[in-house]
Amino acid sequence: MKHLYNYILTIADNSLILAQRLGELCGHGPSLETDIALTNISLDLLGQTRSYYQYAAKISGEGKTEDDIAFLRIEREYKNCLLVEQPNTHFGYVIGRQFLFDVYHLMLMEKLQYSPDETLAAIAKKGIKEVSYHKRFSSDWVKRLGDGTEESNAKMQEAIDDLWRFTDELFFTTDAEKAKGKEGVGIDVSTFKEKYYEEVSEVLKEATLTVPENKYFTKGGKEGVHTEHMGYILADLQYMQRTYPNMTW
Amino acid sequence: MTLTEKPNIQQDLIPVMKTVSDPEIPVLTVLDLGVIREAIEENGIVHIKLTPTYSGCPAMDVIGDDLKKAFSEIGKKAEVELILSPAWSTDWISEEGLKKMEEYGIARPLSETADKDVLLGEKKMVKCPQCGSTNTHLVSQFGSTACKALFKCDDCQEPFDYFKCLK
Repeated sequence: MKHLYNYILTIADNSLILAQRLGELCGHGPSLETDIALTNISLDLLGQTRSYYQYAAKISGEGKTEDDIAFLRIEREYKNCLLVEQPNTHFGYVIGRQFLFDVYHLMLMEKLQYSPDETLAAIAKKGIKEVSYHKRFSSDWVKRLGDGTEESNAKMQEAIDDLWRFTDELFFTTDAEKAKGKEGVGIDVSTFKEKYYEEVSEVLKEATLTVPENKYFTKGGKEGVHTEHMGYILADLQYMQRTYPNMTW
Repeated sequence: MTLTEKPNIQQDLIPVMKTVSDPEIPVLTVLDLGVIREAIEENGIVHIKLTPTYSGCPAMDVIGDDLKKAFSEIGKKAEVELILSPAWSTDWISEEGLKKMEEYGIARPLSETADKDVLLGEKKMVKCPQCGSTNTHLVSQFGSTACKALFKCDDCQEPFDYFKCLK
């Protein structure tokens, strides 16, 4: 049961933290349309997170609620990958981060929808419809910025170059993933690693961007070792529950 | 629509549920929207199974509360359960619902392929709910709520929402 619980969080925490990052842009997007789009994506991800956390809370057997899981863990207990916690440095980073995650996310959901675990399969099946729309949006913008002006191209390239080192971690498998993968309930993410890089490269090329070649990658988030940004995210995210314990809306 | 996707709703519960509408699109009742998958009365308790349009749809909590309130007003207790499978589709919106939606100023969802074409901005097919022209263009793939995209009519110049096809 512990493995299943951790496995659910490995998937769900990505959605929560990315939703929080996108939520920071509410009212601050570069244009009204992108502001609405990014917060819409945030809402989808948050909805998915709720479904996962409700499931995790139910199987934890400790009388937990979805809110406990979202708000009352310490940094080391969050299992999201490093990519999603990276800051909204500029619009190129927002789009780059989204794109690099969306391609992975959709591939994962497409496999997870066939999991014998009915709840995970149902969440994934529902999520696919949303995530494919996210991917359409982010790939569109990668192309638009990459193939735009000299400046937009340079900024998009900068973001991709900078975020590239976090992509390998998406395919790192934790103990929980290995255990659930063996049972056939979880997904062996390494099986679509090659396909991921192929698809990402294809879009980058179409966007007249250079596919990074650096082989230096960093990881740790999935095992709870986060970048310095994570503490600030949690300070914001958990503020109300930490300041007024057990408060309700 | 396959048989498993057909909702199981007890006939005598329908009038009460007709009084509950979508808080975001008040002209649509929850029945028009097709989000009620099951409604059965057992031992004096009404059991309702509700499915979200989108995972993060904030209207779902409100709809659940509104349903409970509507039944409590006639002295019945209702329990609402959120279910995810099978996933909601725009095909489940009733014809009456689609008509009400258009009258309200929201363009109805097109077929899956047509939807893709218009959201990629390749074809002009979405009909302006104000003047009926299809000379319209996509302003944003995301609109005022998760289920809608923003369009503008190039004939009457009115901006409007288009209900995205979800299958």
